[in-house]
Amino acid sequence: MIIYLLCFVLFGIGLHAVVNKKNLIKIVVGVAIMEYSMNLLLVLIGYRMGGVAPIIDRETVAGEFVRLSVDPLPQAMVLTSIVIGLGVISLMVSVCIRLYEKYGTFDITKIKELRG
Amino acid sequence: MNVLLPLFIGAPLGCGFVIYLAFRNRDDKADWIANVCMMYLAAASLWSIKSLSAYGVLTYRMGGYAAPVGINLVLDGFSLLLLIIINVAGFLAAIYSVNYMERFTAKAKYYVMFLLMVAGMNGVVLTGDLFNLYVFLEIASISSYVLVGFGCEREQFEASFKYMVLGIVASAFILVGISLMYAATGVLSMVHLSDIAAQGNVSGCFMLAGAFFLMGFGLKAALVPFHAWLPDAHPSAPAPISAMLSGVLIKAIGIYCILRIFFNMFAMTPMVPFIFMMLGTASMVVGALLATGQWDYKRLLAYSSISQMGYVMLGAGVGARVIASGGPAHVATLAVLGALFHLINHAGFKSLLFLTSGAVEFSTGTRDLRKMEGVSQRMPVTAAAATAGSLAISGVPPFSGFWSKLFIVVACLQAGYNFLAFIAIGVSIVTLAYFLKVQKYAFFGGRKEGFEKIKEVPGLMCFPMIVLAVMCLAMGLLAVSPLREAILEPAVKVLTKQM
Repeated sequence: MIIYLLCFVLFGIGLHAVVNKKNLIKIVVGVAIMEYSMNLLLVLIGYRMGGVAPIIDRETVAGEFVRLSVDPLPQAMVLTSIVIGLGVISLMVSVCIRLYEKYGTFDITKIKELRG
Repeated sequence: MNVLLPLFIGAPLGCGFVIYLAFRNRDDKADWIANVCMMYLAAASLWSIKSLSAYGVLTYRMGGYAAPVGINLVLDGFSLLLLIIINVAGFLAAIYSVNYMERFTAKAKYYVMFLLMVAGMNGVVLTGDLFNLYVFLEIASISSYVLVGFGCEREQFEASFKYMVLGIVASAFILVGISLMYAATGVLSMVHLSDIAAQGNVSGCFMLAGAFFLMGFGLKAALVPFHAWLPDAHPSAPAPISAMLSGVLIKAIGIYCILRIFFNMFAMTPMVPFIFMMLGTASMVVGALLATGQWDYKRLLAYSSISQMGYVMLGAGVGARVIASGGPAHVATLAVLGALFHLINHAGFKSLLFLTSGAVEFSTGTRDLRKMEGVSQRMPVTAAAATAGSLAISGVPPFSGFWSKLFIVVACLQAGYNFLAFIAIGVSIVTLAYFLKVQKYAFFGGRKEGFEKIKEVPGLMCFPMIVLAVMCLAMGLLAVSPLREAILEPAVKVLTKQM
């Protein structure tokens, strides 16, 4: 149980960085932390203490396999989520670079031409 | 017929891919491919009305695996309603882009992102699997982040970054919700989840997932405590994209997902509808009040989107509340019908109004209402279309907006929420007030110096505006029998299944 709570604490740290930090790069790092905590949560859901890798071959008995193996579906979901995270982070970083070219700063309090 | 379902996702994805690979620098070819693709999608979505009424719910098994193992595409009444909104509005926006996007460079790349966004939204409304929904939602969101920043000016990048940060936070909440659902039940298929919810033995994990979903999709739909990004993001995009974002995207990945998840996958408790009603009323009032003070045409429209989405949430909330408390069935049906009717109407008139704002900007180069007095004499088509849209959105009979608002108000009264009905009527009057302001300053009134040379926009930009203006009037017919039974009632049935 405690490990799930720690996972949510990590999520909270990421959210804190996104909401409170003034530097664009720190916000991007916060987003990355949030994504890692989500991936961790997904892996934890499928995790089983002392389980085996979910690969079936001719010798394994089906019932035995189900009892021992970890859940493969969250692992597939984590792979997808990592790829999406990569796309999002690279897009964010490229927008940060263009913002730096236009404004000459990473400070979000100085980038406010739009009215709230 | 159900083999055509994957084409709703495959066709735009494939066309986008072809444009990027082969015609990256050939804008004229990209125009043709994107418009033909969107025309096909619009026709196919309208054709699906017929096949839905002939064959019932259509299911396509991806890779041939059945539901709990594989991913299914499901076309039921509610998906169909959204599919029509997405593809018809997308087709009209694509036609409009042909001339409008001339002044931006890299038009072909714009079409790639546009088609990607349409593919993502079609995927969201068609999929029958919760994680697959998240993937399509991210496809639609990421391409919309790019499109908001497409102008490559300072403020566009700023809006794009703001939108992106809040969008990513929303997606994170949604993914955590999905993981919790999976942890609680061990399935991701929506049909199986709704069976589990119907049995009623849900754990606390399920309720926590509900809270995460409400937060995440509420952010995507820009309901009031979560609305701060929308007035920056939507006006910064090019006009056809503003029309798509405000007219379609917030519905497809916000409202649609909220209604689908809470009506079909959770057992209805009186608590959730109460939150819906609160969010809806707050959005209605705050959106309308903030819109009155705006002088930027597109920003005013963006605030008005928040307000109109409030009506949809209010209608849905009243319907859900009646279902949860076991009230009379016809009241719940009327409330949900009103909400969905307003959803499709709003797609029509808000797309139209954003397109007219783009047309005015195209000709005069300004979005400030104070600087564009008397445009109507020079741009009669745009002015007429904007008038039709304004009358429809403020609920003047016989335009479409009147009927859907009437349904919502009557449902509120019948369910005993007289105060909410009163607020809904009041907000409608405020809406009329700020659209009269638009009409007075932007289109009528004395002609401004320096606007003698402005011309009406080209024919390809007029065509979508004329079509949408006619639809603003004609969509009132959706409330009468043959059209209502074909389009709105199947969607209402999907949502009121728990009754």
